[in-house]
Amino acid sequence: MTRKQKRSVVIFGALGVLALAVALVLSALGEQVTFFRTPSDLMAGSEDNSGRMRLGGLVVVGSVDNSAGNQVKFSVEDVNHEIEVVYAGILPDLFREGQGIIAEGTLSADGIFLADTVLAKHDETYMPREVAESLKEQGFWKGDEQQ
Amino acid sequence: MIVELGHYALVLGFALALAQMLVPFVGLRNNDARFIAVAPSLSIVVFIAISIAFAALTWAYVVSDFSVKNVWENSFSTKPLLYKFTGVWGNHEGSMLLWVLILALFGALVAIFGNNLPPRLKAGVLATQGTITAAFTAFLLLTSNPFIRLVPAPIEGRDLNPILQDIGLAIHPPLLYLGYVGFSICFSFAITALIEGRIDAAWARWVRPWTLTAWLFLTAGISMGSYWAYYELGWGGWWFWDPVENASFMPWLIGTALLHSALVMEKREAMKVWTILLSILAFSFALLGTFLVRSGVLTSVHSFATDPTRGLFILAILIAFIGGALILFGLRASTLRNGGMFHPISREGALVLNNLFLTTATATVFVGTLYPLFIEALFGEKISVGEPYFNMTFGPLMIPLLIAVPFGPFLAWKRGNLYGAFERLWVAAGLSLLVALVFAYVLYQAPILASFGIALAFWLIFGAIADIWAKAGLPKAKPAVAWARLKGLPRSSWGTALAHAGVGITTLGIVSVTTFEQETVLTMAPGETTQFVGYDMRFDSLEARQGPNFVYDHAVFTISKEGQTIGVVEPENRVYVASRMPTTEAGIMTMVFNQYYVSLGNKIEGTDQIVVRVWWKPMVTLIWWGTVFMTIGGVVSLSDRRLRIGAPKKIKPRRVDVVVGGPAQ
Repeated sequence: MTRKQKRSVVIFGALGVLALAVALVLSALGEQVTFFRTPSDLMAGSEDNSGRMRLGGLVVVGSVDNSAGNQVKFSVEDVNHEIEVVYAGILPDLFREGQGIIAEGTLSADGIFLADTVLAKHDETYMPREVAESLKEQGFWKGDEQQ
Repeated sequence: MIVELGHYALVLGFALALAQMLVPFVGLRNNDARFIAVAPSLSIVVFIAISIAFAALTWAYVVSDFSVKNVWENSFSTKPLLYKFTGVWGNHEGSMLLWVLILALFGALVAIFGNNLPPRLKAGVLATQGTITAAFTAFLLLTSNPFIRLVPAPIEGRDLNPILQDIGLAIHPPLLYLGYVGFSICFSFAITALIEGRIDAAWARWVRPWTLTAWLFLTAGISMGSYWAYYELGWGGWWFWDPVENASFMPWLIGTALLHSALVMEKREAMKVWTILLSILAFSFALLGTFLVRSGVLTSVHSFATDPTRGLFILAILIAFIGGALILFGLRASTLRNGGMFHPISREGALVLNNLFLTTATATVFVGTLYPLFIEALFGEKISVGEPYFNMTFGPLMIPLLIAVPFGPFLAWKRGNLYGAFERLWVAAGLSLLVALVFAYVLYQAPILASFGIALAFWLIFGAIADIWAKAGLPKAKPAVAWARLKGLPRSSWGTALAHAGVGITTLGIVSVTTFEQETVLTMAPGETTQFVGYDMRFDSLEARQGPNFVYDHAVFTISKEGQTIGVVEPENRVYVASRMPTTEAGIMTMVFNQYYVSLGNKIEGTDQIVVRVWWKPMVTLIWWGTVFMTIGGVVSLSDRRLRIGAPKKIKPRRVDVVVGGPAQ
């Protein structure tokens, strides 16, 4: 092999791997991205609400029902709407009524959000950034004094 | 008084770091030996000044001086002493101080152990190191000063975030920072090489041990963080593809690539420009990680504080260093002449392949981590990119890399023989296929993908054994000869084999736990027994107890099989007094490599029942055992005479290993 041939093997190899990576990234970003939605977004129904998404909002005070044992029901609200969430699993330590959380899962046909993950981060004053911003946009922010 | 002394020492450290930056650079420019000679002593003094600052803050924590704002925010008088120490870096300001301390430490280490470095190279490295130290000390002083006082002083503190009150905090951040910041040395070497326009094998000889040092600390740090999250968060996961995890993983991937490309540079004087670029990138990713964690732009468990000025300041540092380095690279890289050519099928070729896949994989992680920020900035749409993305992109890129790993050490430099390599590896290949078939298919009726994963893992392990086996001349050599050869093997060969086997062990753990893990959520009352994966789990008791700075519910479960008690797990739910914050302590029983993992949920009101989540995690500890092998491999390789820091530069004649058909690595 000449010097030139050797070099072109390396270059084409590199281009091949890069092309593979770009293809993988593009297809994965197309399929695997999770959108953030508020209860109002879901109620409005203007977006495509099939597939996985993240639902963010405040846990409605008095809505948490864990009488079913291994399944928890609660509602998440923003200013105008609330939506019922069903979650099978242990809620994170900092899950509290009235606090901002993010639930990840899918929306069922009857409008109940089926969550497989619930995130409430490990900080007393923590408000998930996405939730805080969506509440601010709606003029419902009451978190600044918590900082 | 002591706190003010610390504050003063930090300011002094900043001023001295500026001198460490300016004096040697002026010396280099004017070729003034006196200015150049100042660099080592200056970097040692900077380290001493910052150590004093760090010691002062530690003292304030130990004596619970709540007149210091940082202590008040993050400590509590009855907090156990260990956590008073570790609490120093359990917050934004303190952890940045630790960052700067380690930065200065590395500068001092180069100053002390770099006796046989060419003086100009040494001065350039230390001056660059001084520049970084000055920038981050300024960041500390201007935006994150840990020595600010409170008047009047509160009588009690607000306590450290309970999740951080764990032995993990004592180990994880220092190790991680030693790794992150360790790459600053490689960065400084790269910058100096570009400024001087000179790079030779001696340069690579120096960069490799530093890369190895940073890499092994980073490996241990990431692994420790992963295990900490696993047992502390109570979610039973060991890796979440969380932005902050990615932030530490990207420098690790690039560092691994650098480790291998520096090898080519040292042995063959090839891939010079690329090695320089990787040295710059490794530290750039470490800086990016610092920015992502400290600026709070990403939602994560690690972001202690969100303050826009801090984010902007770090972003400015980031742009200045990465941008400056890359511009310098663009201007000067062409002055470096490239060395020997090689056939694509050769040791060099294998290492190029390694670099290609590692850097591409880093790019996919990078895209996945920053894509949400990018989309939000451009379109205002909030999205998240989670595990499925990384499984779809990072996973497929790792498979060809892992398949290729065992071939690397069998290929000769310059021109290798792929068929010959396979001839030595077919036993390893056959054995790993056999193990996979028996283990996965017969034993568990496993899916085909898992069988493949197990074959891959064993391929790496057997491949590493085959490497040592062949280097010993086995099976042809007599045992005594083989033994003598093994004893005479360079330590770096052992290091390579250990680290590569470690990758296999970790892979085995990952495949096993993702495929065969089982999980259940149930409600139980004390006295009840449940069956899970063939074990009986009896809920013995649940009682409220009092800890030093928390109250907790303590549960006891007895695990037994066919009437034989195997062990006891004791999960807890704690509530910390000062912060009113609850945490979950998982109860874990380890059986060889498997773990039985129990975590408590909430009590069912009006009953004595409690929600219990139980996982069966087969072979889970192999994930971390593998990283232990990698780290030990790094240490063994570092102890190689050829690389020992400060060892006299003696060039031994190349040993030609007849059996392998090439120079021993």
